[in-house]
Amino acid sequence: MLAATALECIRGDRTLFSGVSFELAAGAGLLVQGANGAGKTSLLRILVGLSPPAVGEVAWEGRPIRLLGEAYRREVLWCGHANALKDDLSALENVRAAAALAGRPIGEEQARGALERAGVGAQADLPARSLSQGQKRRTALARLLFARAKLWVLDEPVAALDAGGVEWLAAALDRHLESGGLAVVTSHQPLATGARFEMLKLGA
Amino acid sequence: MTGGSALAAALGVLRRDLLLALRRKSDALAPVFFFVIVASLFPLGIGPEPDLLRRIGPGVLWVGALLATMLALARLFAADYEDGTLEQLALSPEPFVMLAAAKVGAHWLVSGLPLIVAAPVLALQYGLPADTIAVLVASLLLGTPVLSLVGAIGAALTLGVRGGGLLVALIVLPLYVPALVFGAGAVDANLAGTGAAAHLSLLGACLVIAGFFAPWAITAALRIALE
Repeated sequence: MLAATALECIRGDRTLFSGVSFELAAGAGLLVQGANGAGKTSLLRILVGLSPPAVGEVAWEGRPIRLLGEAYRREVLWCGHANALKDDLSALENVRAAAALAGRPIGEEQARGALERAGVGAQADLPARSLSQGQKRRTALARLLFARAKLWVLDEPVAALDAGGVEWLAAALDRHLESGGLAVVTSHQPLATGARFEMLKLGA
Repeated sequence: MTGGSALAAALGVLRRDLLLALRRKSDALAPVFFFVIVASLFPLGIGPEPDLLRRIGPGVLWVGALLATMLALARLFAADYEDGTLEQLALSPEPFVMLAAAKVGAHWLVSGLPLIVAAPVLALQYGLPADTIAVLVASLLLGTPVLSLVGAIGAALTLGVRGGGLLVALIVLPLYVPALVFGAGAVDANLAGTGAAAHLSLLGACLVIAGFFAPWAITAALRIALE
């Protein structure tokens, strides 16, 4: 489904990585690891199509993603290390705005349900400004629960999450992969998922 | 993909930006306050000379409105860029160009429309007659969206650049000149009795061109900034 061939990433005059190739079938996960500055985030940004690779190509179902455009973006859910939350909006408003942006508007009930399951149900009406880092992360990840995207690309999703949050995320990832989804995740901590993640080490 | 869902996503962005402006009223009201202050200081500084005030009125009001719309430009995309929302906009399955246009629309509603509401009152200080005030409002209605659209290109180009605020002004001000010339010119022409239709038509043409091309330029610049 998702195939990367000979990806190379250059930042300034430094080559972060080169010759990165992998193939992910439906139901498979990829855990990207590497030291700080090895280019994990850069790789993920290339995979979702935010930045083009210096060399190489990313293909989705056999077709290059730069040709697919909106058809590919419909299949992808990107959760960067920034939470994409608006401090002045409540957690609920943030989640609903994110859903509308993903082309799948949801009602208040559904948004509350997602926040409930993400463990921030009690904070649904608080402005995002007043949430803790972990609660913000949970609010951002609540998008996983109603998204229909096939490919999840998560950059350090467990950063700032407590043990319960890590467990919740692992379960969500498991469910996603079991139902035939794909996931590319970076993490410094083990993910504790039941599903097997292939490993990709950058800078090794 | 249906046009309906693209429109819904764009309206969602518009709604969110307006809601954010509502939550931060002091930021949102800054442009119109600035406009009121600038336009009120000129008569005080120049003194009660009706002829002179009527002469400079159109130009002062237009320059004031132009500078006021620039106030919020630097933050137009910067906030979204910093908190990661812009990445989500760029990766939305809906056309990025529609979403960017929605953001520009929100900018105009927040910092352009209030200027148009305030302008007739301010114009009274310059002793402009009623029909001239009508032309002023018409010129601002056509002109301020141009300012928002063109300004957004500058804001997108300078995204992530240090000292971007000053750079926006340098990039955008020359591009504002046509709107200023035709806008103030329309009001002047009405005062002089030669009719404002020609100027307003040109201003309308500016709006059509900017409305068509600016969203594409904005999205191209935003994509480069995100790379």
